[in-house]
Amino acid sequence: MLEEDQNIETRLIPILEQVSDPEIPVLSIMDMGVVRSAIIENGIVQVQITPTYSGCPAMDVIGEDIKKALKEANYESNIELILAPAWTTDWITPRGRKALEDYGIAAPLDAEADKAVLLKGKRMVKCTNCSSQNTKLISQFGSTACKAQFKCEDCLEPFDYFKCFK
Amino acid sequence: MKQNLYKYILGIADNSLILGQRMGALTGHGPSLETDIACTNISLDLFGQVRNYYQYAAKLKGDNTTEDDIAFLRKEREYFNVLLVEQPDTNFAYTIARQFLFDSYHFLFLTELQKSYDITLSAIAKKSIKEVSYHKRFSSDWIKRLGDGTEISHENIQEAINELWTYTDELFHQTEEDKIMVKENIGVDVTRLKEVYYDAVNGILKEATLDIPESKWFQKGGKHGIHTEHLGYILSDLQYMQRTYPNMEW
Repeated sequence: MLEEDQNIETRLIPILEQVSDPEIPVLSIMDMGVVRSAIIENGIVQVQITPTYSGCPAMDVIGEDIKKALKEANYESNIELILAPAWTTDWITPRGRKALEDYGIAAPLDAEADKAVLLKGKRMVKCTNCSSQNTKLISQFGSTACKAQFKCEDCLEPFDYFKCFK
Repeated sequence: MKQNLYKYILGIADNSLILGQRMGALTGHGPSLETDIACTNISLDLFGQVRNYYQYAAKLKGDNTTEDDIAFLRKEREYFNVLLVEQPDTNFAYTIARQFLFDSYHFLFLTELQKSYDITLSAIAKKSIKEVSYHKRFSSDWIKRLGDGTEISHENIQEAINELWTYTDELFHQTEEDKIMVKENIGVDVTRLKEVYYDAVNGILKEATLDIPESKWFQKGGKHGIHTEHLGYILSDLQYMQRTYPNMEW
């Protein structure tokens, strides 16, 4: 098994999928890729989660929400925060990317395209409202550290772009 | 306790704490909404990194020490950040120059720290460098915008770079703990980063149509706990709650 692989017991998956990211409520923590392992040891679920960003203020809430969801399914649990391997936007699932887009946040481009849009002003991020690529960077940092602020020059709608992080 | 490692971690973490405090203090005072958000987001990243370092240091120290004890209950001489990060926000150009001069170093430092034999430090470095590469892009971008902007912005950023230049050499000084940590393959040999640093920084300054300062007079002391007068004021703000209401918790 690769270090990057998740290790989650199948029967726990539906429970963990109910827990959403407090800052992006349409996204489950599973689709976000922050749950790295969840295994039952001596009747207690040992869960390992990893933060998206070091200063992510949502981690405590996510930990509590996981505990609560597992408790409702009659599991006691321990939550451990791990730093390695470091989270990357590649761990966001295809379903997660779609949820982001539907919610109005453009999903991350690959690393090279990300640099081109953030540094060189290339127009490659698709507007989440009208799908136009005629979009312009307004701010490298958005409503949270993981996002940048863009504006569509066709429909004029401002929107968030989830920055590539790897 | 591993005294050398403990002190080494504080040296790294205190830079992020003090710079994070400086940037956080700009909340609501940024020159535009976008820069305001950027400064506070950078602050948040730095504080996140600091927590990881201090939690590790607290574990090494034992006797129920917490990350908060380390952050809030030391005296001025017990902070080991470099002088650069404690310099004031005289104007936006100073904020950007300080950030740029530090980010350029921070990025190189973390690149090397990823190779540390200490798995916790290596993990923190691997996590932090992703964030710091965004900080570096932001501050480098602004150096160019201000340098290659209007006459006034050019003049202001040149002045800020000239004033802060004197604090850059200290980034590459080694303390006794640094030397020991390098020997044990835990720490980064900062003396080896110096040339790459000035090459990178000078390259961006040139692109920004700015002059590279010629002064060879450099200030030092922060790494040994000897600070400029600014740190005391920062700490009085930072530590206010813990000093006024000891042991308070959120």
